[in-house]
Amino acid sequence: MKTTGRGALRKLLAGAAMIGAVAFGTAATTFEAAAQDNTIYVPLFTYRTGPFAGSGIPIADGMHDYLRMLNERDGGIGGVKIVIEECETGYDTKKGLECYDAVKGKKPVMVNPWSTGITLPLIPRASVDKIPILSMAYGLSASARGDLFPWVFNPPDTYWDGLAMILRHVGDQSGGMDKLKGKKIGYIYFDGGFGKEPIPLFEQLAKDFGFELKLYPVPPGEMQNQSSQWLGVRRDRPDFMVMYGWGAMNPTAIKEAAKVNYPMDKFVSIWWPGEDDIRGTDGAKGFKMLNWHGIGTEFQAIKDIQKHVVDKGLSKAPKDKVGELLYNRGVYNSLLIAEAIATAQKVTGKKVVDGADVRRGLENIDLNEARLKEIGLAGFTGTLKLTCTDHNGHRPAFIQQWDGAKWVKVSDLIEPMRDKVKPALDAAAQDYADKNNWPKRTEPCDKP
Amino acid sequence: MDILYKIFVDPFVQMGAAPDLLVQTMWEGLVAGVLYALIALGFVLIFKASGVFNFAQGIMVVFAGLTLVGLHEMGVPAFLAVILTLGVMFLIAVAVERVVLRPLVNQPDIILFMATFGITYLLIGIGELIFGGNPKRMIAKELYLPSGSVEFQTLGGFVQLQKIDIAASVIAAIMIAVLAFFFQKTRIGRALRAVADSHKAALSVGISLNQIWVIVWFTAGIVALVTGIMWGARSDVSFALQIIALKALPVLILGGFTSVPGAIVGGLIIGIGEKLGEFYWGPLVGGGIESWLAYFIALGFLLFRPQGLFGEKIIERI
Repeated sequence: MKTTGRGALRKLLAGAAMIGAVAFGTAATTFEAAAQDNTIYVPLFTYRTGPFAGSGIPIADGMHDYLRMLNERDGGIGGVKIVIEECETGYDTKKGLECYDAVKGKKPVMVNPWSTGITLPLIPRASVDKIPILSMAYGLSASARGDLFPWVFNPPDTYWDGLAMILRHVGDQSGGMDKLKGKKIGYIYFDGGFGKEPIPLFEQLAKDFGFELKLYPVPPGEMQNQSSQWLGVRRDRPDFMVMYGWGAMNPTAIKEAAKVNYPMDKFVSIWWPGEDDIRGTDGAKGFKMLNWHGIGTEFQAIKDIQKHVVDKGLSKAPKDKVGELLYNRGVYNSLLIAEAIATAQKVTGKKVVDGADVRRGLENIDLNEARLKEIGLAGFTGTLKLTCTDHNGHRPAFIQQWDGAKWVKVSDLIEPMRDKVKPALDAAAQDYADKNNWPKRTEPCDKP
Repeated sequence: MDILYKIFVDPFVQMGAAPDLLVQTMWEGLVAGVLYALIALGFVLIFKASGVFNFAQGIMVVFAGLTLVGLHEMGVPAFLAVILTLGVMFLIAVAVERVVLRPLVNQPDIILFMATFGITYLLIGIGELIFGGNPKRMIAKELYLPSGSVEFQTLGGFVQLQKIDIAASVIAAIMIAVLAFFFQKTRIGRALRAVADSHKAALSVGISLNQIWVIVWFTAGIVALVTGIMWGARSDVSFALQIIALKALPVLILGGFTSVPGAIVGGLIIGIGEKLGEFYWGPLVGGGIESWLAYFIALGFLLFRPQGLFGEKIIERI
């Protein structure tokens, strides 16, 4: 074979390029490994784009800003810097799994899928990859059972707890749980993994308390086209409406409810609508939702976020959005991340912890009043203690109501119906284990 | 027997028992249908002129709505923002013709179809970059669009019509009439129809394909803006709207890809059909059938008229 001068030159350049690429790759890998030695990598699965961005953006901002504040104010956690990296999922399960594969090799100490649809396929992978999953108040309710799901955590409440608390409130409004007998309760929900999650318990409670359950599923493609569902509400005239919505579904549902003159004080949502979903909507006054944490910026940690992150231009959040409901929800999520890492450092005695350590950290979280005060979040939320067997906490929450301009707390703390939820949750967890040939837990429990 | 009763008898008993709800359901379907028809119209215009199925029509609705609201948020008065948004849609039309259509002329249709996918993702990216991903409230009051409702005590109950829905229906009807006049009676309209019949023949009599493409894409942009305003006023302007825009697909299957009346009648059949289906038959299967029922209805029609209700029957001789 004859090689021309130009061909030889091309081969030479290609060879040089290849050597350069290999050398650069090695250097980059070395740098990354070095970086990993002194840092803790926390990927955040977020969605700032797509149909769910309205809910996803404030949560992403809150999550990012709290961790960034710890880096700026304290130099990280226990003196170790946190490497924060967002991966855009668009609330799409396929993209979420791609994000997981992309971050897996970087030794994350945990993943926060921020989607029940993404969480479910990750559950079997968590124990294999030794990466704990924090699905904060979403995901598989049954994964609260730490003895069966040692790598999955869903504090402070499951969707089943949420439903039980809403029904307690509805019972209180009716004059007692026994008064629910013969009543009609409508359930409008996102017709995906998240919205379907509480239906088995809802059906069970309908039998137990003698109310009739009416289902109004909203397909993902019809989130902004709900007139059929609300015509059904007008026909069936439910005494109460319960909503599990997300993204563009929430503002549309509130508008449609107002349109058909549904009494707003009888329309109660799970914890996901934010201010932007309701602000400026005529007739929305009186709408209720469940919540478990503070709104506003009067908490010291939030003030520190403003000082160390927002005012320095290190946040993507507009200044007036800091302290809003879903922003603070993101802060709560990162509070759990930070506490898990800090607890892992305490339990293991290591500074740079890995996924297995942080799993132990999550199992030993003890957010008591003194600790909340210490981290600048006194009065922000209730206490939370997780254990080897309880990965959720099943904490009480309260009802807040829209007064036309802001959320106002209108109930005392409501306990979930443990007597109803626990047996149903145990049965569901066992059913999951049986169907999936689930391995027995091998991870030892730390002594309390 | 019980299931047969529930499918074939009970829904009609319900309709008779509560005629006010039947009228209300049909009204909701009519409004949705009018908006589907508007979106479908955008598809038809472009398909007629260039044989391209414009996948980007849905995102054009979102982009136009976002531009309008975004400009207003920047302090531009509402009606000036409408004019500037039209200017943006015109620039998009010119850019599409120059950058996409002209270089791809004479390429197979599938290439042009895939190019509209590219336009879609480009507009999504630009839209999110400039305006962010947050849903935005349509500036309905600033555009003097009505709010509230009128209620009629009738048929043993009441029928409630939202004023914005009435306005949407009237504006859509006017828009369709104007477009029909434009394409039937004006010189440009005749040129467009000539292009639709045969590109080569149109070129041979001196019609500029490039000019026609710009006009058609700009017209589709105007339709997108009107749809964005109307649907945005009913809910919000968000990227979720582009999913609803895909409802135009069964409308087009039903009405025919080349027919303006087909888009209108198809939109109304799909809109009313899916609302009646979801309301009266949906509960039999747990609800949530609206998203696929539209395709089911369209396929049902296709069994009898494969070219759609008003589509051209193409006979190819071998």
